[in-house]
Amino acid sequence: MRARLIAIFLIRRALALLVLLLMISFLVFGLLYLAPGNAIQVLLGTHPASRSVIAALTAKYHLGDSFFEQYLFWLKGAIHLDLGVSIQTGQTVTTLIGGRIGVTIFLGIYAFLISVLLGVPGGVIAAMRNRTVADRAIVGISLLGVSVPAFVSGVFLLYLLAIDAGWFPIYGPGTGFVDELWHLTLPAFALAIGVMALILKLTRAAMVTVLEQDYIAFAQSRGVSPARVIIRHGLRNALGPIVTAGGLILGVVLTGAVLVEQVFALPGIGSLLITAVGTKDVPVVQGFTLLAAAILIGANFLIDLCYLFIDPRMTTGRAAI
Amino acid sequence: MTAITAPDTGFVGLASKRGRRRPSLLIAVSTLIMLLVVASAIFGSLLAPQAANAQNLLYGVHPSSAQHLLGTDDFGRDIFSRLIVGARAAVIGPALIAIGALVIGNALGLIAGYVGGRVDYFIMRLADLVWALPGLLIAIVVVGVIGGGYYVAVVVLIVLTFPVDARIVRGATLQQRNMPYVEAAATLGLSPLRLMIRHIWPNLLPLVMANTFLNFAFSLVSLSGLSFLGLGVPLNTPDWGGMLAQNLPLLQSNALACLAPAIALVLTATSMNLIGDWTYERLSDRGRAR
Repeated sequence: MRARLIAIFLIRRALALLVLLLMISFLVFGLLYLAPGNAIQVLLGTHPASRSVIAALTAKYHLGDSFFEQYLFWLKGAIHLDLGVSIQTGQTVTTLIGGRIGVTIFLGIYAFLISVLLGVPGGVIAAMRNRTVADRAIVGISLLGVSVPAFVSGVFLLYLLAIDAGWFPIYGPGTGFVDELWHLTLPAFALAIGVMALILKLTRAAMVTVLEQDYIAFAQSRGVSPARVIIRHGLRNALGPIVTAGGLILGVVLTGAVLVEQVFALPGIGSLLITAVGTKDVPVVQGFTLLAAAILIGANFLIDLCYLFIDPRMTTGRAAI
Repeated sequence: MTAITAPDTGFVGLASKRGRRRPSLLIAVSTLIMLLVVASAIFGSLLAPQAANAQNLLYGVHPSSAQHLLGTDDFGRDIFSRLIVGARAAVIGPALIAIGALVIGNALGLIAGYVGGRVDYFIMRLADLVWALPGLLIAIVVVGVIGGGYYVAVVVLIVLTFPVDARIVRGATLQQRNMPYVEAAATLGLSPLRLMIRHIWPNLLPLVMANTFLNFAFSLVSLSGLSFLGLGVPLNTPDWGGMLAQNLPLLQSNALACLAPAIALVLTATSMNLIGDWTYERLSDRGRAR
């Protein structure tokens, strides 16, 4: 019975997310038409317009067809990972993104680990010491973290630790795992400050509510060890709201990565997006946007899966996206 | 900060009184910073010692000196003057976003909370959808493709902010709806519109104000990020995010050219967040959970 409920829940969620991805793909395709100038001009970019090139482009992108037919044609390509050709470099968008996504994934995971390792314990401690000096200090740090955009913290770290103290490399991604770890440490911390602040805030809020519950007082009075009360009884119940915000957190990581890659001159997909935007390379922007949407939606599905394990009560009834 | 802290009695009245006294110094400093920033935004070029865009290519980059408090950038422009004039871009956009989201979000939130029904359902789903979207990233893509810079970004950010505001106002309206004074007013035959605006809304004001301050801080951080990427204000207009990006290569020759706008940004955003959090905490002891 329970297995069936879970299966129905997951299938419903997966379908809802697929529909959402389809809607987003429609908007992403629309980008080509939102851009100033007609689609031919956008696709031509800086290339000289000759009659034969225009004819070739019209045929290739089915520009003579209706908008909807063009969309279906584009979607068919996108499903087969064919996102078109970059106007500026002439390479396929898939190749461009594939060559650069490694740095961004490395940076993102590195920053995420730092944020979780600092943010969750910080939030728990702040909640345990609710309204004391320690709490105020931790909350103050997180408030500062929310107020400092990733590129600003990046500049501060760059100046203090790379230029002034000379402990870290100034730019570039490095080669080999250890060197890469070394090069990406400052960018990862720059990115992690804002993310950590968000996780800390969410953890604290959830833990404060949970620690007020009767079952916590009951567990304490039964003589359960404090560590066990906090982790097994407290944190496990507080995890729900934190995990639910996973999509939000991922969004902050993605946005931060774009800014941080710019500060530290890292060749990730964030700097690819900014270059593409600067040169009006619409296919690349489309590719990035579709990828970002797919990542966010995939993450949301994983979050639903996690939720099932954290809180078995949530088999049904959770609101759509 | 007082040296002696009273033990937490758990008594609500006492706790909220304590919260009201606590932050005075920090909030005073934050308010002062915000007043300075707003004054610079209004009187910018009058307060600045030099013209913000006056170039002196022969002079070029210099660290801080008597004529140039924060030094100059590689065009020989005075950083201090640019910092002051740049306050305008740091205030106008975030203020427009905060006020725009306030007006739309409150109107929809009141209707959703008081009238309910389909409007309510629609607004809640919209808020659910928008909540986890990376607003700045969407602004980068939209502004990057259709152009329009700063003000297009302002519109995009309003669109991505108001549904969340609406949800907050809706929740607060639902709490008010069953209060005796609302029933009494309804019995008197007041129109729903008048009831919502004149009777319910004033009771939500502290929450609305706090949320507007937080929105301001968040929008400032987003918009300056956009300018940092070169997608915000036009190139010649002084803007803190833009200055940061342009002067990044000067970190070794005149670090202040890059650090001063960074510090200005952090101070402004932190002040606004502090004021917002303080307003929010004053009205409830719900902590800093938003």
